[in-house]
Amino acid sequence: MSAGPDGSIGILSYASYLPVYRLDRDSGVRGPRVVASFDEDATTMAVEAARAALGEHAPGSVWWASTSPPYLDKTNAAAVHAALRLSPEAVAADLVGSARSTFAAVRGALGGGGLVVASDVRVGKPGSLDERAGADGAAAIVLGDGELIAEVLAIVGATEELLDRWREPSGVTGSQWEERFGFERYAALVRSTAARALDAAGLTEADHVVLTSGNAAVTKRAGTLVKGAKSTTGSPAGFLGAADPLLGLAAVLDVAGPDETVLVVSAVDGCDALVLRTTDLLPARRQPRPVSSQLEGGRAVPYTTYLAWRGLLDRELPRRPEPDRPAGPPSARGAGWKFGFAGSRCTGCGFVHLPPLRVCRRCGATDAMEDVAGAELTGTVATFTIDRLAYSPSPPVVDVVVDFDGPGGPAGRTSLEVADADPETVDVGARVDLVFRRLFTAGGVHNYFWKARVLSGQEES
Amino acid sequence: MASNGIADKVAIVGMGCTRFGERWEASTDDLLLEAVAECLTSASVAKDDVDAYWLGTLSSGQSGLTLSRPLALADKPVTRVENYCATGSESFRNACYAVASGAYDRVMAVGVEKLKDSGFSGLLRTDPPADGTAPELSLTAPAAFSLLDPAYCTRYGVDPDAMREAMTHVAWKNHVNGARNDKAQFRAEVSRDKIEQAPKVAGRLGVFDCSGVSDGAAAALIVRAEDAYDYTDRPIFVKALALAAGSMRGGLDPAYDFTTFPEVVAAARDAYAQAGITDPARELSLAEVHDCFTPTEIVLMEDLGFTERGQAWKDVLAGDFDSDGRLPVNVDGGLKSFGHPVGASGLRMLYESWLQLRGDAGPRQLADPRLALTHNLGGRPGGCVSFVAVVGNERS
Repeated sequence: MSAGPDGSIGILSYASYLPVYRLDRDSGVRGPRVVASFDEDATTMAVEAARAALGEHAPGSVWWASTSPPYLDKTNAAAVHAALRLSPEAVAADLVGSARSTFAAVRGALGGGGLVVASDVRVGKPGSLDERAGADGAAAIVLGDGELIAEVLAIVGATEELLDRWREPSGVTGSQWEERFGFERYAALVRSTAARALDAAGLTEADHVVLTSGNAAVTKRAGTLVKGAKSTTGSPAGFLGAADPLLGLAAVLDVAGPDETVLVVSAVDGCDALVLRTTDLLPARRQPRPVSSQLEGGRAVPYTTYLAWRGLLDRELPRRPEPDRPAGPPSARGAGWKFGFAGSRCTGCGFVHLPPLRVCRRCGATDAMEDVAGAELTGTVATFTIDRLAYSPSPPVVDVVVDFDGPGGPAGRTSLEVADADPETVDVGARVDLVFRRLFTAGGVHNYFWKARVLSGQEES
Repeated sequence: MASNGIADKVAIVGMGCTRFGERWEASTDDLLLEAVAECLTSASVAKDDVDAYWLGTLSSGQSGLTLSRPLALADKPVTRVENYCATGSESFRNACYAVASGAYDRVMAVGVEKLKDSGFSGLLRTDPPADGTAPELSLTAPAAFSLLDPAYCTRYGVDPDAMREAMTHVAWKNHVNGARNDKAQFRAEVSRDKIEQAPKVAGRLGVFDCSGVSDGAAAALIVRAEDAYDYTDRPIFVKALALAAGSMRGGLDPAYDFTTFPEVVAAARDAYAQAGITDPARELSLAEVHDCFTPTEIVLMEDLGFTERGQAWKDVLAGDFDSDGRLPVNVDGGLKSFGHPVGASGLRMLYESWLQLRGDAGPRQLADPRLALTHNLGGRPGGCVSFVAVVGNERS
């Protein structure tokens, strides 16, 4: 089956998000294993990738794909939708289970445009290949009509029932059959599906090929299965679950020239393939931080800390009570603040309130407020502290009082935890922006809210 | 924007205070019975002769039943109040108003807190269901108050080492004072080295920069001033009662710099006006202030008008607020030595004022004290409630 693209819906923008932490060498991991922090999950990372991809775009739908959904029975994409402050009419839906969900999301968004964002925290048993060769992160594309950076030429797929990789819904870590078994089946599927895709696109070969799969033998031998004229790549960071095909695509869009063809192949319980042609708008509209730069550097996390983050090691915490779970009604009433970091500005005197309040703290006016979109604000640390007593899944907590930048000086102040805190880089006067994180989980409820992130000198300029 | 006050309209004629500490052997009921019994005995009054009771507790019980049940009070008006760390003082304040209004002749204010049954460190919060975004969720009290230290150094150009020395002096002084108080939780002097080398809790605050966690209760019997000498030849008179609850603007306003508690300044101004005090540093004989953390006490010296802005750290180091200084502060050992059983602390401060003003303070007795100030604050820099009272041993 091939879906004949009508040519009007294509890629408007893209971005990826890779967390800052890297597994330390004492874990036995070779190379940089990208790991999400304790306060990141498939929802928070999706928000970060989507924020970077959206810019001025306001997609009419959100298609969120993951193999590690923080919730079942509750739409994770709704939190992404809320954090992005999209129109209430925009439909947000989850596609969860296997890494194949991402292609289903792309197919959905091709129907009328929308945001496709795939995000995963991949957890392996301590010492396993999944632990060593996996990765955590997210990637997003905005599909729509208008000023495309890449046209969609074809999308095709095939399905095969196959016991290659599986996990029970309650399991944290999964299993894989002998790798060579899956490789043999996938090799044939990849060759045939890629050929069908290129044929549907009217091509004999693509300039760039991205081939991803949860079966490492497939990506390892990508070049022998389907070859690109200019490049053939697998997972840029290690197998990233549902996010893998989009991260691979992002890495190609970071470097591809205009009018070049890209074949994205994903081998999961069958095979999916997408063929694109870049436009001359691409070079000017690449994501701000290419995948290669997001992969560089990072901060080492000790292996035992990583295991504790994933719930694989039970550590002694400060002798403090666990926090209460966030309550439903207050979270719904305050969704603009909690998920969207929206405050209020007094229309009389201009005083900014974060969180939004009804009575102005400066002039006393009541109900004379307008909405303030706060999430993209930057600010300066007014004062800070390191709290060694506070409950945290990963103590100590670093807290900052942030004064946000206004048109004529500071406008708005609030106290926030610091994300990815390195106590050495937090100081009075440090510059920060905001990131969406999961503060803690209590009573089975994830407490999503925003944290401050210290900007490096480079980012600040 | 002022209060009329009830200066010299009511008097304290009896008080009681338990030993503060890790009272594993005593329940909330036991602590209440202990404090109330001492208070009734000191005024030679029976519990049924008390017309009404006010009880302050943050989290050791709800409603007036928390007091009426252990005391087996039959159908008395008992009101439970809560106002963060000013809870004990709030119980006292409302009890005073009940007498001043003429509604009752004899009213007892009681405060209690049983903190050590929880098994956790520090104070616990009991918040209503919320959306999970309040900074108080993650920021503990020591962390919130640790913000004062770097802010103060920055604002006044104080060398951080000198500020550290001043914080150490506050802890050292209060423990020296507490060592001479057999009702204190900690009754040993602590060396400056030990204070500075203690494990860090938040910011630069070590364990000895923080008040302890303890159990305790205290009580005061209040009557009309003109009846006071019927109960004792040495009553003490209420000169001022002030309370300020902030709008919490500081946490939202970039103009606030974390070097002052505006609520304390407001409460002190009101109290001094009620008491007719124009120069508190000179007119007060002693002050019992809310030394929850060492930098708090330093900032309070300025907010309460005991010294000029930016000068407190120097005055502290010069010994101005030591027991033999120009204005003894926390001569009983303060929260540092007593811990902070929230509902009891304000009345514990009043208890020391009662002892001092009556000449009953034993080894801690100051020479000829006449006016004492007690102070609490609850909340954190940027938004708090603050209480200030002035009591004296002369009715003018």
